[in-house]
Amino acid sequence: MDLSWMGWTTPTMIFFVSIAFMIVIMIIWSIKAPQAPRVGILRIETTPGDRLFISLLGSAFICLAWLAFFGAPVWGALAVCLGYAASVFKWV
Amino acid sequence: MKKTQNQKAWFMVLPVLLLVAFSAIIPLMTVVNYSVQDTFGNNEFFWVGLEWFEEILHSERMHDALRRQIIFTLIIMTIEIPLGIFVALNMPKKSGLWTSLCLVLVALPLLIPWNVVGTIWQIFGRVDIGLLGYTLDYIGINYNYTQDATAAWFTIIIMDVWHWTSLVVLLSYAGLKSIPDDYYQAAKIDQASRWNVFRYIELPKMKGVLLIAILLRFMDSFMIYTEPFVVTGGGPGNATTLLSIDLVKMAIGQFDLGPAAAFSLIYFLVILLISWVFYTVMINSDKGNG
Repeated sequence: MDLSWMGWTTPTMIFFVSIAFMIVIMIIWSIKAPQAPRVGILRIETTPGDRLFISLLGSAFICLAWLAFFGAPVWGALAVCLGYAASVFKWV
Repeated sequence: MKKTQNQKAWFMVLPVLLLVAFSAIIPLMTVVNYSVQDTFGNNEFFWVGLEWFEEILHSERMHDALRRQIIFTLIIMTIEIPLGIFVALNMPKKSGLWTSLCLVLVALPLLIPWNVVGTIWQIFGRVDIGLLGYTLDYIGINYNYTQDATAAWFTIIIMDVWHWTSLVVLLSYAGLKSIPDDYYQAAKIDQASRWNVFRYIELPKMKGVLLIAILLRFMDSFMIYTEPFVVTGGGPGNATTLLSIDLVKMAIGQFDLGPAAAFSLIYFLVILLISWVFYTVMINSDKGNG
């Protein structure tokens, strides 16, 4: 099957594999150690899956803001995103 | 008694997963791939990194389209939500022929395809053959949506209100119908005013469906394309070029697939964020009520 029209590149492949990997890890984690939803600083009930979603969505905006203010590369933004994701999993 | 777990039910989800994969995930992956490359056709791509994102984020054209889009969405929601509630409150409550007739009449605009709605209003607004355009011109109002930006905005807003207020009416009406009579009887005993009945009984009971209405109207209006495109084509000039019209111009008109892909990803993220906020508020308010 010819998938050249999709224009795959190594970085985008790594990007999607990372997201798929995170989702698989979350599924395994939820099977091995089921967690009840909790209410954090946002005062909303979240499951680990919700926190992953909030982390990914927020990270996308952090990267866009970084690009708008500082331009490429976005390694600095990636560091901020990791800190943000850790905070979301700890406090949200 | 020990509960048995059967995980075979997950296989039932497979058809949906396949459908979503082909209709959403694979196209989204392709858009992400295009957003970091440049192409001149023939499936030949050149890596540009995040250049298109930077270009779009600093583009005046995108800022203007976003500003117009936000103004459009705010205006139509400010009109449609209160108007929809008002119409629903004045619909007959008891079942019968008159109620059914009202519901069918209210639902009619929702049944008309979007491009037909656009065509109806394009003709309706014409000064030479359209009833609206001709009447406004006859009473001395200078109305020409092809040349005047205010007239073009007036036309697309009125058209959207005509097309979509019905959805808010139907949802609000469903919410009102679910209120038991006991509440109204209690309010009558307490001699509550009409406003107090609305404020303390009807509005709280309609909250769930109203949040759905707001979410649907936000998503639809933020992605609107067909109706304004058919009526004004984004003009006069760029006066009614909303985000999706600008995006299609960029992707298909100019064949700038890379910038258009970056544009559509930013657009997607904005819609995803706002929809998530609405959804979360909706779910949490439901839990609060429950």
